[in-house]
Amino acid sequence: MNVSPPVWPDRLFDTLKRADIRQVGYVPDAGHARLIERCKADADIRDVALTTEEEGIALAAGAWLGGERAALLMQSSGVGNCVNMLSLMRACRFPLVTFITMRGEWEEFNPWQVPMGSIVEPVMKLCDAAVLRATKPEDVAPLAERAVQQAFGEERVVAVLLSQELIGKKVWVK
Amino acid sequence: MTGTLERRAAMAALMQGRGDDLLVVPGLGSTTYDLAAAGDNDRNFYLWGAMGGAAMIGLGLALAQPAKRVAVITGDGEMLMGMGALATIGIQQPDNLAIVVFDNGMYGETGGQQSHTGAGVDMGAVARGCGFKVCLEVSDEAGLADLAGRLKHGGLLFARVAIRPDEPPRVLPEKDGAILKRRFRVALGLTA
Repeated sequence: MNVSPPVWPDRLFDTLKRADIRQVGYVPDAGHARLIERCKADADIRDVALTTEEEGIALAAGAWLGGERAALLMQSSGVGNCVNMLSLMRACRFPLVTFITMRGEWEEFNPWQVPMGSIVEPVMKLCDAAVLRATKPEDVAPLAERAVQQAFGEERVVAVLLSQELIGKKVWVK
Repeated sequence: MTGTLERRAAMAALMQGRGDDLLVVPGLGSTTYDLAAAGDNDRNFYLWGAMGGAAMIGLGLALAQPAKRVAVITGDGEMLMGMGALATIGIQQPDNLAIVVFDNGMYGETGGQQSHTGAGVDMGAVARGCGFKVCLEVSDEAGLADLAGRLKHGGLLFARVAIRPDEPPRVLPEKDGAILKRRFRVALGLTA
């Protein structure tokens, strides 16, 4: 058994680059640490650290008004912070792709993560988002590609949930 | 803390001689009506909801359109709801964004209840603490004229415009968000 850093965050980064994402909003998050690091290091991506996730929804709307594509990286608890701001996306048909690292569902040591983590999928669907879920590392890139195409093709919010088993503090590989 | 400037006249003064390179995002409620009353323009992105989001919409737009000037002109209640955005903008330091707060110390849309600024919170001090190097206190016509000039040419700024607590008749612009979005993008030469 080897413990090695997961490769899916780098594949996710490749997808963001292919999709010409130019603004990436995020609240610092352990699960997204590698992807955030890649975005910060890229000269063509503006990384925007947020105080709360709903700022990233409004940021993406402004980016699209100005002709740029944005993505939002957040943890499952952040979804609860976004609910009213998501009405902006639905009312105006703004595109947004968001990648959500899940907590409260697999090897979770903090029970306070469960209430929000357990309702992310229905909450996002109620907010008119399309919801995709990746549970295996090899699912991440194809689902991310599909999410990008759907978000910008249909002008809607598409959320990719990254299951906690992808992120758990150890990733076991063959 | 409440001012004497009349809000419609203040908005008209800020929009006077406006060029095509000024993009304006008002907050929901009174500042949207004020902007509509000053003259409709495809480069206005009126908000009818998303309270607390105006400043961040302005940031995304300013980053995407660095050659244009972006003015967010919102109310004290709307800015209070998204006050973290001042910290987020402060660390980004876009040089083409102005955050202007029409401050009457109350929530006009819901019946005139006192806001936190009306109870003494100093929004300009908050902006300064968040890294806005230019923070203006606008309380008369000379101040408005100065701010109008800075909206055309100045760098990152925060301005508190001390308006009087009145509620002029509503002037309602287009409400369909998809139409507002499309006409704005077309005006910038983007695909609808």
